Amino acid sequence: MIIQNSPALVPLLLLAAAISIPVLAIRKTRVAYPVAVAASLFSVMISAYNMIRVWESGPLTYHFGGWFPPIGIEYVLDSLSAFIALVVNVVAFVVLCHAGGLKGEEISGKSVPYYSLVLLFLCGANGIIVTGDLFNLYVFLEIFSLSMYGLIGIGEKRAPVAAFRYLIMGTVGASFYLLGLGFLYIITGSLNMADVRNILPLVQGNPAIAAALSLMVIGMGIKMAIFPLHGWLPDAYTYAPSTTSALVAPIGTKVAAYVIIRILFFVFDIKFVSHTWPITDLIAWLAAIGIIYGSVMAMAQNELKRMLAYSSVAQIGYIGLGIGLANPLGYIGAVLHILNHAFMKGALFLVAANIRKNSGHSDISKLDASYRKKLPWSMAAFTLAALSMIGLPPTAGFFSKWYLALGAIDKGNWVFLAVILISSLLNAVYFFRILEKVYLVPPPAQKAGEDLPPETKEREGSLIGEEKYSLMIPAVVLSFSLLLLGLLNANIVKGIIQRIIPLGM
Amino acid sequence: MTDFFLGHYAYWAIIFLLILGLYGMIFKNNLAKKLIGMTIFQVAIIMFYVASAVKWAATVPVLDPLTGAADAAKYISPLQHCLMLTAIVVGVATSGVAFSLVIAIYRHYKTLDESILMKRMKSS
Repeated sequence: MIIQNSPALVPLLLLAAAISIPVLAIRKTRVAYPVAVAASLFSVMISAYNMIRVWESGPLTYHFGGWFPPIGIEYVLDSLSAFIALVVNVVAFVVLCHAGGLKGEEISGKSVPYYSLVLLFLCGANGIIVTGDLFNLYVFLEIFSLSMYGLIGIGEKRAPVAAFRYLIMGTVGASFYLLGLGFLYIITGSLNMADVRNILPLVQGNPAIAAALSLMVIGMGIKMAIFPLHGWLPDAYTYAPSTTSALVAPIGTKVAAYVIIRILFFVFDIKFVSHTWPITDLIAWLAAIGIIYGSVMAMAQNELKRMLAYSSVAQIGYIGLGIGLANPLGYIGAVLHILNHAFMKGALFLVAANIRKNSGHSDISKLDASYRKKLPWSMAAFTLAALSMIGLPPTAGFFSKWYLALGAIDKGNWVFLAVILISSLLNAVYFFRILEKVYLVPPPAQKAGEDLPPETKEREGSLIGEEKYSLMIPAVVLSFSLLLLGLLNANIVKGIIQRIIPLGM
Repeated sequence: MTDFFLGHYAYWAIIFLLILGLYGMIFKNNLAKKLIGMTIFQVAIIMFYVASAVKWAATVPVLDPLTGAADAAKYISPLQHCLMLTAIVVGVATSGVAFSLVIAIYRHYKTLDESILMKRMKSS
């Protein structure tokens, strides 16, 4: 029974847990966190189990209420959705484990609604990934986004403003998606993805299809923060609590990227999106501009979280570029980069959270070698993740860039190849700026040869060797798994991603 | 040409509402007015779906022998209305979250005017 229903199990489990947290925690607010971690652990286990089943026996489907598609709502797990769901749940679980060590400092007294929102957020993400129904996707998208606004707005003083700006832009994005879906429904009379795909060839030449496609892609482009639509991202990531940043940065934009992949290649025809109405070219060029823009802006930032946020804009550009290339190699690169970037950004934001926890700030200019002594493992994790962002083999980041570069060559577009190479250099510049400070710049007081000011001395004394396991291990796990992912990348590509290369690509 | 304009007057009204909503969100300085623009934008889309379900000489989708029983052409498609019930609920939830954020902003900065807000954010 459970086995048959496993595709729907993850979103429903997370939804049930999210609703039960406020009830269970009426008396004891301490209950909220363990429930959230347990629900997240279960969703990791179920999605791993789903992944294995999909890998062994092909796509799984689940029909809600026994209504058969196209009338009923259908949940579909194929290699792509099972894979992305597993990535999202694993990263979310690791970040939630890390949240325990922070002891809710940045969300004082609000841990019950906070963890409830985290689970709603994950429920939305899993629902978007697993659903095979375009309107159901909109509903999950709104669950996902609304809880994300809450997660961001709970942060410091400026966070509500950032969340409000994101809310306005995000609602416009979701509304554009809904408007495009309205056109699509008027033309095809169906909301089921597979059904729409079968009907679309029969209504070719109708200009409203192009309008539907454009509106849906622009709407999801806002959620994905692709280049000119990224305005909400830097503030939202910077002012959000550390756990939110570490959760939203790896998951939030990737889910929207997944939706764009779904719509472009699995609902619409590959020929239509790349030749008849070449929206993929537009995405690729915007993404290429976004890569350079994000990297240059990241170099100019003086705050670690803000720098990582701009670097996210650039990294999302890589995914957009892979989607926009619209050839198998680019597609592999994009999907692989969704995985890699989720792990890299997760690790980097967790280290940023550790720095903030230890010293109360994350200003790059104030970093020096004392941070390496205080946080040796966190800094090792940071270095490894940074190397992966730059794209040094054998870390995972190298391989997704490699596939993207091969895709650009395959397409014969040398500009994109140059963009990938230049941005790797820019990545190196802004990450080595930090690595240099952390490993080479001596602490200011020692350089002057005088005694440390008393408060610094006291703080340092209390921090040395005090790196908490609960804070350090999640960051280390995420960043060292980058090595593993890099070494196993051939297996991931051959075993999972290549199985679901869209037809006609 | 006039047919094209008059025949689709509902859609022109909806386009007007969409633009009005976008105008409110982009050019109004007050955060509450931005929210009003957002709501207008959402409502326009709801009306777009409902307008797409309109059909002359047809009735509510309840099986009725008097109106020609199994003849599907005599019934209005109910699906758009159902979808929009969900979208209205989503819209209400969005407004709720948005107003709670606006309240939080007002508590911290004692203003809803965006240009003043930007100044106070920089100075703090």
